[in-house]
Amino acid sequence: MTATNDNDQLEAQFAQWREFVQRRRELRQSDADELEDHLRGSVDDLMKAGLHADEAFLVAVKRMGRLDELSREFAREHSERLWKQLMLVGEGDAAAPESRSRRDLLAMVICAAGAAVSIKAPDLFGLTFEDDSAFYARNFSLFALPWLAGFLAWRRRAKPLLIGVLVTLFALGAVGANVYPLTEDSQSLVVTSLHLPIALWLVVGLAYVADEWRTSRRRMDFIRFTGEWFVYYVLIALGGGVLIAFTVGTFEAIGISPDEFIGNWLLPCGVVAATVVAGWLVEAKQSVVENIAPVLGRLFTPLFTAVLLAFLVAVVWTSRGIDVEREALILFNLLLVVVLGLLLYSISARDPLAPSGLFDKLQLALVVSALVIDVLVLVEITGRITEYGTTPNKAAALGVNLILLANLFWSAWLLSRFVGRRTPFAALERWQTGYLPVYAVWTWFVVLAFPPLFDFV
Amino acid sequence: MKLAKDLVAASATPMVLGILAEGESYGYAILRRINELSGGKLDWTEGLLYPLLHRLERLGYVESSWQSVAGGRRRKYYRITDRGLAELAEQRRQWATVTDALNEIWLDRVELNRLIPIGSLA
Repeated sequence: MTATNDNDQLEAQFAQWREFVQRRRELRQSDADELEDHLRGSVDDLMKAGLHADEAFLVAVKRMGRLDELSREFAREHSERLWKQLMLVGEGDAAAPESRSRRDLLAMVICAAGAAVSIKAPDLFGLTFEDDSAFYARNFSLFALPWLAGFLAWRRRAKPLLIGVLVTLFALGAVGANVYPLTEDSQSLVVTSLHLPIALWLVVGLAYVADEWRTSRRRMDFIRFTGEWFVYYVLIALGGGVLIAFTVGTFEAIGISPDEFIGNWLLPCGVVAATVVAGWLVEAKQSVVENIAPVLGRLFTPLFTAVLLAFLVAVVWTSRGIDVEREALILFNLLLVVVLGLLLYSISARDPLAPSGLFDKLQLALVVSALVIDVLVLVEITGRITEYGTTPNKAAALGVNLILLANLFWSAWLLSRFVGRRTPFAALERWQTGYLPVYAVWTWFVVLAFPPLFDFV
Repeated sequence: MKLAKDLVAASATPMVLGILAEGESYGYAILRRINELSGGKLDWTEGLLYPLLHRLERLGYVESSWQSVAGGRRRKYYRITDRGLAELAEQRRQWATVTDALNEIWLDRVELNRLIPIGSLA
């Protein structure tokens, strides 16, 4: 064995050791450097004392003690490291990820600024929030979501084909929102304003999954992304609310009313820019912070189950029919959305291989009780529609209800088979991810086909 | 003889500050110096030394800098600050009080061999 050979082997051992150290989240890059220097000093001394390189390495590592204990001691001094910190830019520790996160930050700032500028751009052509609220209502998502999709596409280095598809779909959304002659008080305007954001969000999903749009895993990632994005958006919105409250309070104290500034600038720009910022946050912190949406799902599944079961008992006990007012269908639609959300986010965090447990039975109870309630509502509402004829509002609400009902019905079936240990859990996951295109088809159908179908009412 | 853990921990700060008061140094050298000073009886682990150095740095008693050494390696050197020197002086006073008191008892009043159980002498 030659000296260089020995040296190479030693270097390989050091490289391996570094890899182990770097896996510890308590130990930073600089700690690894420091400990490596220590180890090398120890190895040098041992070799001077006559040991072979590999023997010296073994002894030195052994002397350093178990990595577990070492990192525990480090954690005691650096307890903040156990609270995974999300740095806006890298810590200056590792060179490569830092430049990456810096570029991400820059791209995010550009996209967020772009969104803020784009929502003020129509102002140049005399379209103000007060006088043209209908224009802004149906176009709002078009000022925000293309920028988020652009950011995601940039991050994933999207191929020209995908970019072409994205641009086409957003252009189609703009056409659907603007070419039909809808008056300010037409129902179709409301329906479009509600469905276009969902249709476009699924386009954002396309940018998110990029080339892997066929795989179930990747679509599930998009569902996770959606949940986390929502949570972050709500948090940012809360912060924005505090900012606005203080802006109003402080400026009014000196006799200046900032209402104009807030209504025309801060709020609209903030709302669209936050869309991009929330998306960036989810991307940046993916592995840094525990996902919160599944935690909320787990927390609220038992509570919602209890409320729905209590409601069912009350309906049976008092033998009262559900009074279906105009808003009722929307309320029950939202209920189905919440139940579906609880189901989705529990699925998203679940180990697909774990056997069924109490929580799955609870979920089954939740889904089944939601189904029963919804069937009761549907029986009532179809009676009304056949009696009075249909409107875009009712048709859209009914359509959404049926789509969610179909989803939950099959989910309940799969869940019951899973609880009975007859199908694997993955079937439920595949069903949910496979269902995503149904939402896309329906929302696009509503946006593009409803106005002509209902004579632009 | 193995020193009690509490005693090692309590004496760690003045020990490191004292060594750094001799001149700037780095982790491995500090550990070797401690070994040498105690005749090998104080066996510090890396898990004790490095977090302690980082804590002293956070408290402003020492400051650190990365320097290149032979072999293309980077080494983190620690240097004591004025605050560190003041802390060292304070710790020395406290330790002197403790050792003086203990010496009073042990040297003047109680003889060491009386403390050894009779059975173990046989």
